Amino acid sequence: MSPLNLTTQALEIIAAIAAAPLFVGWVNQCRAWLQNRSAPSVLQPYRGIRKLFHKDAVLAERASPLFRIAPYMVFGAMVLAAAIIPSMGTRLPLTVAADSIALVGLLATARMFMSLAAMDVGTAFGTLGARREMMVGFLAEPALLMVIFVAALISQTTSLAAIAEHLSSQTLALYPSLAFTAVAFTLVLLAENARIPVDNPATHLELTMIHEAMLLEYSARHLALMEWAAALKLFNYVCIGVALFVPWGVATESQGPLGLLVSVPVLALKLCGAGAGLAVIETVSAKLRVFRAPELMATAFLFAVLGLLVHLLLGA
Amino acid sequence: MLTLPTTPLDGCLTVIAAWGVIGLAGLLRPHSVRFVGRVLFPLSAVCGLALAVVAARGIGAPATHAVLLIGLPDLPLHLRSDALACLFLTMLGAATTGISLFAGGYFRQGHGAAPGLLCLQYHIFLASMGCVLLADDAYAFMVAWESMALSSYFLVTTQHRLAEIRRAGFIYLLIAHLGALAILLSFGVLQGGSWQFTFDSMRAAHLSPPWATAAFLLALLGFGAKAGLVPLHVWLPEAHPAAPSPVSALMSGVMLKTAVYGVLRVSFDLLGAPPWWWGLVALGVGLGSAFYGVIFTAVQTDMKRLLAWSSIENIGIVFAGLGLAIIFHGFGMGALAALALIASLYHCLNHACMKSLLFLGTGAVLHATGERNLGKLGGLIHRMPWVAWLTLIGALAIAGLPPLNGFVSEWLLLQAFLFAGDVPRAFVDMLLPIGAAIVALCTALAGYAMVKFYGVIFLGQPREPTLAGAQDAGMLERLGLVWLAAGCVALGLFPVQVIGQLNVVTHSLLGAALADPTAHWWLLAPAVARGAAYGPLVFLLVSAVVIVLTLLAVRMFYHRRVRRAPPWDCGFARLDARMQDSAEGFGQPIRHIFQPFFLIDRELPTAFDSKPRYRMSVADRIWRFGYEPVGQAVRRMAELVTVLQQGRISTYLLYSFVTLLVLLALVL
Repeated sequence: MSPLNLTTQALEIIAAIAAAPLFVGWVNQCRAWLQNRSAPSVLQPYRGIRKLFHKDAVLAERASPLFRIAPYMVFGAMVLAAAIIPSMGTRLPLTVAADSIALVGLLATARMFMSLAAMDVGTAFGTLGARREMMVGFLAEPALLMVIFVAALISQTTSLAAIAEHLSSQTLALYPSLAFTAVAFTLVLLAENARIPVDNPATHLELTMIHEAMLLEYSARHLALMEWAAALKLFNYVCIGVALFVPWGVATESQGPLGLLVSVPVLALKLCGAGAGLAVIETVSAKLRVFRAPELMATAFLFAVLGLLVHLLLGA
Repeated sequence: MLTLPTTPLDGCLTVIAAWGVIGLAGLLRPHSVRFVGRVLFPLSAVCGLALAVVAARGIGAPATHAVLLIGLPDLPLHLRSDALACLFLTMLGAATTGISLFAGGYFRQGHGAAPGLLCLQYHIFLASMGCVLLADDAYAFMVAWESMALSSYFLVTTQHRLAEIRRAGFIYLLIAHLGALAILLSFGVLQGGSWQFTFDSMRAAHLSPPWATAAFLLALLGFGAKAGLVPLHVWLPEAHPAAPSPVSALMSGVMLKTAVYGVLRVSFDLLGAPPWWWGLVALGVGLGSAFYGVIFTAVQTDMKRLLAWSSIENIGIVFAGLGLAIIFHGFGMGALAALALIASLYHCLNHACMKSLLFLGTGAVLHATGERNLGKLGGLIHRMPWVAWLTLIGALAIAGLPPLNGFVSEWLLLQAFLFAGDVPRAFVDMLLPIGAAIVALCTALAGYAMVKFYGVIFLGQPREPTLAGAQDAGMLERLGLVWLAAGCVALGLFPVQVIGQLNVVTHSLLGAALADPTAHWWLLAPAVARGAAYGPLVFLLVSAVVIVLTLLAVRMFYHRRVRRAPPWDCGFARLDARMQDSAEGFGQPIRHIFQPFFLIDRELPTAFDSKPRYRMSVADRIWRFGYEPVGQAVRRMAELVTVLQQGRISTYLLYSFVTLLVLLALVL
């Protein structure tokens, strides 16, 4: 556990917590540009969170302690996830806590707590949101696992840091299996983060919402934590995608402090690109009916399985 | 002065005998709930704990034999305790400790049979499970197996006045005997012409491959019927809800595992070297059961039935791991076989803890509310906080979430699937990752089902006004739940220590083991998994630190003011309990997505109904198209026979007369 590794770890956690709302702001700005609207400031999400923290929390009369601890659990899970994902460097002391399978489990834990909290007050919208979230989740989770399996098979380990290190040490070559899984991963990312075409983060239209429906009863600091956790989740997913599909530039053991210095702007660049790409996808596609969402997820799952078979057939 | 038994076998036998005595003592004062509940059941829990300790110490000890001089003339009972038996005995003891404690507070007057009688049946059930695990000849095994089936049958039909429960008991008994028949035939094949039915002579008998296959398939059929593998699963969703909750917990948590034990015993121990394709059969059946079980779990509306289906899923996963172990073993990939078998055994242990916990939780709910139907529960976290929070641990564990125990076995199993890599058969190589995909899907679906189970029972608003009077579980019940929940947490946080023990078992079965699994006491990093690691303690510690820091930061920088108000619900003011999702509603996406697997019967109201009713039932296609035709054929045959059976003495005399004439005609 060298000082450099500890620094990388600390930097990753702090950067994720601090930059996640900025990333959401960036995506919103890109989307506004593409849709010919005047864009809000990229700092808007921070203002929103700050405002919420200052407000008095209003809890439903029937809310149980589970409802109150869920935001902290979800936020904690997302921070831990951010600590495990090798976004800047691959030698992270905390990777021993969880490999990629445990990371998926961690995300599932957060989802489960969120759904349970949504059911806690017993409103029509809360349970509706929980049900839909779990519906999307149970299809997206195996798809995500399959995506990770392909990368794990290529690099012969399920440790996410080791996968990123292995893939970044390869020369720029096209893995057909990774091409398939990249498509699958994009679909999973959109679905899990409540983006169009599965959900729309910008509306509170009752019949279409999933994520927002679960948060309806939250207010003030609880809501702020949930929003922040959602931003972190998006950030984490993009970082997973970066680690799996474009890992070049991540600091590895051999590179020393210089590698870390380089990796920060490289990551920022990748995130800018990913955010713009996300905005394009969200602008050019329409929201699906809720019952088409399983088909989308099944497509993602099949793509990932296809990637797996391609890997086994071609060995690449 | 008491002398402590010296060998594990003696220790286990002592406990089993003690259970027998406790059972008989129940007859002393059969109607005294106080005596049976406050004295006998806690004693039984102490015995369970003793068994767990003795058997756990016996895992590493050399196998010991004993011959009991009871039994038929010249056919004494052979017993043996080895690593495998000791592992399952540990599970039996540990699960029983929690379940018996709970049962002490659970059984009350008016539960059909008298408490003392229940106590007798319950302890015979326990003792016979212990004997199944210790038996070392086919005769002893079958006697123990049958007493296990019969004692559990009587426990299932405790409330025999209800026709529905008698029916459930009948189906259970029927399938149990079909299974027993197959096991008996399997032993018949296994003796290999020596007509010696001790397991030692079966190990020595060298069967030709076709006969060995026949023995394995018969064993899989027989034990599969007990384990609830699809398509022999039909008794599970009937019998588990019918039985009192502690009995459901024992049946689901422990009895199903005796079937796993049986398959392991036959395939790895008695038959010796199973060829790889047997594993493919077990893997296929296991994955099929897991998937079929989990989609039905998600659409159930009765809480105990839901858990019963979930047991089918979990047993499926256990068999998938077992099949994987056979495949790897057949190809001579020792370390991977050990990993797969450890995953499978680990899942057995996990399931014993978490499913018992959940069944006991439903038992507490059932007692407090008198309802099993999810549609009439809700909001119980306020009335029954102990049960609710402890059940939450079980629900999260069974959904396979870190850092609880369900995740550990899932992790191990997925590692085994993933690094199959160099299996010589290319098509197996292709199939295995698909297997991993199915396991992943099942786990995710289990999460769905558990959100539904937990959310509908404990969260939201109470769906019936009577729920307002629900009482939390009593002291003994809480103790039992705490014990099992602690088991879930401990198995989740200290996997390395458990695997150290399981490794001994796999070594004795496969002759192969994981290299140095206990290198780091806090880090699960099997060498076959090539660098992958999972440290549940670090995981828990870091998340706890993050959560506490967040909490402190929020309180320090801002404020902790809280105001209570009516729910917002988008400004809708007239919210009532019927506007939440019902269990049917929550299962709707699953019904929609997996429609072809279900037999859905739906009655929709028309626009002109003055009292609109919506009725929907989901049935099992296998029951409708596999079992019902057989049942109808049997009934039709019986009806044909009734033509002969007129019930008039003159007709019967006529039959005798005609028979006599025919015989005379033949002879003359």
